[in-house]
Amino acid sequence: MSDLKETIRVERLTTGYRGRKGVATVVTGELTASLHGGELTCLLGPNGAGKSTLLRTLSGFLPPIGGEIYIEGNKLGNYTSARLARLIGVVLTERLHLNNMTVAELVGLGRSPYTGFWGRLTTEDEEIVERSMELVRITGMRQRMVSTLSDGERQKVMIAKALAQETPVIFLDEPTAFLDYPSKVEIMQLLLDLARREGKTVFLSTHDLELSLQIADRIWLVDKEKGVVTGTPEDLSLSGDMGRFFERDGVVFDLSAGMFRIDSRPGRQIVLTGRGVRHAMAAKALARCGVRAVGQELSDTVDGRVDVTDDAFIYNGHSVHSIEELLTLIK
Amino acid sequence: MSRRATTFFMTALGGSILLFLVLNLLLGSVMIPASDVVEILLGGDGDNHIWRTIVLKSRLPQALTAIVAGAGLSVSGLLMQTVFRNPLAGPSVLGISSGASLGVAFVVLLSGSIGGVALSRLGMMGEVTVTLAAIVGSMLVMSLIAYVAQKVRGNVTLLIMGVMIGYIANAVIGVLKFFSAEEDIRAYVIWGLGSFARVSGGQTTVFIVIMLCLLPLSFLLVKTLNLLLLGDSYASNLGLDIRRARLTVISCAGVLVAVVTAYCGPIVFLGLAVPHLCRGIFRTSNHAVLLPASLLAGASLALVCSLIARLPGFEGALPVNSVTALVGAPVVMWVLFNKRKAAI
Repeated sequence: MSDLKETIRVERLTTGYRGRKGVATVVTGELTASLHGGELTCLLGPNGAGKSTLLRTLSGFLPPIGGEIYIEGNKLGNYTSARLARLIGVVLTERLHLNNMTVAELVGLGRSPYTGFWGRLTTEDEEIVERSMELVRITGMRQRMVSTLSDGERQKVMIAKALAQETPVIFLDEPTAFLDYPSKVEIMQLLLDLARREGKTVFLSTHDLELSLQIADRIWLVDKEKGVVTGTPEDLSLSGDMGRFFERDGVVFDLSAGMFRIDSRPGRQIVLTGRGVRHAMAAKALARCGVRAVGQELSDTVDGRVDVTDDAFIYNGHSVHSIEELLTLIK
Repeated sequence: MSRRATTFFMTALGGSILLFLVLNLLLGSVMIPASDVVEILLGGDGDNHIWRTIVLKSRLPQALTAIVAGAGLSVSGLLMQTVFRNPLAGPSVLGISSGASLGVAFVVLLSGSIGGVALSRLGMMGEVTVTLAAIVGSMLVMSLIAYVAQKVRGNVTLLIMGVMIGYIANAVIGVLKFFSAEEDIRAYVIWGLGSFARVSGGQTTVFIVIMLCLLPLSFLLVKTLNLLLLGDSYASNLGLDIRRARLTVISCAGVLVAVVTAYCGPIVFLGLAVPHLCRGIFRTSNHAVLLPASLLAGASLALVCSLIARLPGFEGALPVNSVTALVGAPVVMWVLFNKRKAAI
C-alpha cells in the first residue's frame, strides 16, 4: 500500500516522563515508524509496556524525551494547540461523568476547534455532527443522556465526537476494553471502515490480539525489554516477532493459523481418523484434555485410536455418539 | 430540554426576581402601604418622612445588594463546580472566603489591641476598612491558588490545597481571636454571619457597579466551561489551553466571591446550591444556559432569603446565613429527589 499517504512519521522517538530536575524516565525506547491515511494500525503490548504513554506522546499531551514526531510533514511541536485540534482526534479510556449532556451535544463539542468565541454550532456544523453520528450509526440515540449509555454505545459516541472534529488522524486508547466480544468486533470493523472509506489514519492501542491480527493493516508491538517492532501482522508472524512478544508458558503462536492458542502440553497420543468438522471437533476436544491426535502413520507409538464416522465416534472398538461420552471413555 | 421550555423557565426566573423585588420593597417590620411605596419609588415625598427613609435607604439597597450578591455567588459556584468537576465545590472551598475572613479578622480584631480603637466604633471609616481588608485577604489567597494552579496538574490536588489554605486561615483567625478584646470578637462574629444590610449609602452603589462589571465577564467563558466538562485530555485535544482556562475561570470565580464577601460577609450555601438547582430545572450541562440561569436563580433565591430574614418578628435579627441554608437546602433536596425519580 505504498500509494497511501504517510500522515504521521516518528523518528528515533523516545517516550517517557520528565521528573524533577529534568531526569527522564524512559518508557518506550527509540522508535522509527509511520502511520498512513486509509489504514488501521494497532498498538499491541502487555500491560505496562508503554502503550498509553506512546499514544499520549503522539497526541501531543506529553512532550517526547527524544526524537521527533512529524504530522503531515511538520514537527508536532511546531503546531499550535488550535491547529493540532484539527489534525488529531482522540478517544480515551477515561470514563466521563457527564450528567445532563445529550449524545448530540457531546458530539457537537467535537466541533469546538471550528466554532467561534461562543461555541455556537452553525447549520454547517450541525450537518457535520449529524453525518458523524450517521457514520457510527448512533442517530437513534441523539437525544439520549450520555450518562445512560452502555460502554459500547459511549465508545461509539466518543468516536463520533472524534469524527465531528474532522481530523485526518484518530488515536484511540483501548477502544475495545470493557466491551463484549460482538461489540469489540463491531467497533473494530467500524474503525476499519472509517479508515477505508474516509481515508482516516486510525491508530489504536488494544489487548485484543486475535482481533487485531485479523483486522489491522499494520501492527506496532511494544515491550519494555524488547523495544518496538512494526509491520503487517503477517510479516510479524513470519519473522517470529509475534511469538517472541507474547509467547509464555501455556501460550503458543500457531504460525499456520496466524493465531495464538493455549498450549496444553499433550501427554498421551491417540490416532485419530476421519474427515471434516466432526474430525476437527474431536481433535479439539482431545487437545483440550491433553491428548494429542496423530495420524495413522504413527500408530505404533500411541495409546489407542479413535475413528470418527458420520454417526459415531469409535474408541478402541467402543462406539459412542457424543464427544462427551468419548472423553469419558478415554479418561 | 427544548428551546421553548428553556425560554419559559428563564423568563419565569426573571419574573420571580421582579416579584420578590417588589415583595422585598413592600414587606418589612414596618407596615408601609403599597401606594406609598410606589409613590416614594417614583420620587414623590410620600406621607411620611420615616417611610421614605426606610424604603430608599434600607429596603431598596438591601434588595439590590441581595440581587447582585446572589447572582455573583451562584455564578462563581457554577464556575468552581465545573472547573473542579466536583459537585461539592463552591465559592468557599478554595479558601477564598476564608482569606476574606482572615483579612477582616486582622483589621477588626487587631485594631483594638494594637491601635487602641475598636474598629466597630469608627462607623463609615470602619466599614470601608473592613471591605478593603476582605478584598485584600481574598485576593492574596486567590493569587496563591492561581500560582498553585499553574504548578500542579491534578484538579483534586488543587482543591485539597484550597481547603488546606482555608484551614490555615481559620487557625490564624483563632489565634487572633484569643488575643482580642471581647467587643472586637463580637464585631467579627457579626460580620461572619453575613448580611445584605451591612452595605449602606454610597457603598451600595459602588458594590452594585463593581458586580455589574464583573458578572458579564463570566459569560465570556461559556465555550471554555463547556470544554472543561470533558476533562483535561479531551478538552486540550479540542484545542483548549487547560492551564490558562483553569487560571481564568478560577480568577473570575475568585474575584466574584472576594467582592461579595467583602461587602456582605461570608454568605454560605447559595453558591453551592443554585447551580444544582439550575441543572435540575434545565436538565442541561450547557453553560450557555446554566450561566444565565444560575445568575437569575441566585438573584431570586437571595431575594427570598433577604425577605425571610426581615420578616416581622425577626426584626432583621435573623442572619442571612441561617436563612440561605434553611430555605435553600430543602429546595435543592427536592429538585435532586425529583430528578432521581424522573431518571428511573
